[in-house]
Amino acid sequence: MEATVVRTGTEGKTWGGGNEPLKASYGKMMMWFFILSDALTFSGFLAAYGFSRFKFIDSWPIADEVFTHFPFLHGVDAPMYYVALMTFILIFSSVTMVLAVDAGHHMKKGKVTIYMFLTILGGLVFVGSQAWEWKNFISGEYGAVTTKGGNILQFIDAEGERVALSEIAVPIAGERVEHEANNGIWFDAGKDLPTYSLEEVKAGFIQNEDLLIRTQKLTEDGQKTILSREESLMKLNNEAVGTVEGANLVQNEYGAPLFADFFFFITGFHGFHVFSGVIINIIIFFNVIIGTYERRGSYEMVEKVGLYWHFVDLVWVFVFTFFYLV
Amino acid sequence: MAHDTTHQHGSATKRIWTVFAILSVVTIVEVVFGILKPAFLTDTYLLGMRLLNWIFIILTIYKAYYIAWAFMHLEHETKGLRRAIVWTSIFLISYLIFILLTEGGYIHDIYQTGHVAWDF
Repeated sequence: MEATVVRTGTEGKTWGGGNEPLKASYGKMMMWFFILSDALTFSGFLAAYGFSRFKFIDSWPIADEVFTHFPFLHGVDAPMYYVALMTFILIFSSVTMVLAVDAGHHMKKGKVTIYMFLTILGGLVFVGSQAWEWKNFISGEYGAVTTKGGNILQFIDAEGERVALSEIAVPIAGERVEHEANNGIWFDAGKDLPTYSLEEVKAGFIQNEDLLIRTQKLTEDGQKTILSREESLMKLNNEAVGTVEGANLVQNEYGAPLFADFFFFITGFHGFHVFSGVIINIIIFFNVIIGTYERRGSYEMVEKVGLYWHFVDLVWVFVFTFFYLV
Repeated sequence: MAHDTTHQHGSATKRIWTVFAILSVVTIVEVVFGILKPAFLTDTYLLGMRLLNWIFIILTIYKAYYIAWAFMHLEHETKGLRRAIVWTSIFLISYLIFILLTEGGYIHDIYQTGHVAWDF
């Protein structure tokens, strides 16, 4: 055997091989490089959001008016509180994660188990909160009218409070009825009827003299433009083409559909990261319980999954700023 | 792998809780500013953006620094690894943001002054 071993005579020298200048294991470095590439993906999304927002800088929805719900406080206007709570939950689950990593360094299996469990719990609560936030956004609150140009007209009363479509619309008989498959041989499905048709909203708007229309355009001080009664009537009669309730990928009662698209896409992609982080955490959690890392003599796997988890938290800090604050 | 963190057992958890306190306070400050929106901050513009938005962005980067340095242990990694990660991302992301926001602002101006009707 000795004869086949090639000796270069450079062992122990800088270029002799076997050096680890970064003093990090292979797995940890690869996790870092994955995180770096994932960070670039997320910043690509957020920069694209910024691009679209700059494009429509004077008509972008105001986040404070969009996300106003808080669990068990129905009808209370609570902008930001819920998303701030979500941020806290995620930061705290990051804290328990880093505590688990720290306990791993001291080879304390029991502590690692508890902290990992708390981290998983925090992650699940966060994903659930995000689902709730989506639900509110999708179902909407007041409803609005869309125009030919794809803009949104919202309704307010004399005090400037928002008015929902349900409060405006007066029922009109003889409107279009939903076409069903049993009425036609070739018919599959038609467009769903809106809860309130444009004609019903128009009729109600004309009856109630106090109502005004608010457009998407932002004024100098960042508020939505409010039209006079005459302008409102003209706008509604000339430009309105339909009603819209809630938000989806094609319509958004709060303003530009792009806002909804980016919201679903970016928070969805982030939520998917949280979800996969929870799954990975669960796997590591069970590995901790059955003593894999105890036998291996190192809890470095906990540290690696911890890096991923903190990264998810890091991304949320930016999503929070650019979707809810700025 | 021997970790630098193993040297300082007691202070490691202390550091974690300090960072948690910093992150919480910064988040609370952000939320309070976001709800109150003080007029003097929203009316003052700096480099084409409201002062309040600059504050939000700076506080966010401040939080990101603490998460990366303390929670992700970048402060205990070697200089080489840290720079490979931080410099690369900061350079590429700043460049991306710069070109996309410039382009977005340009398209906004075209919509304002150009002859293309997009709201009809």
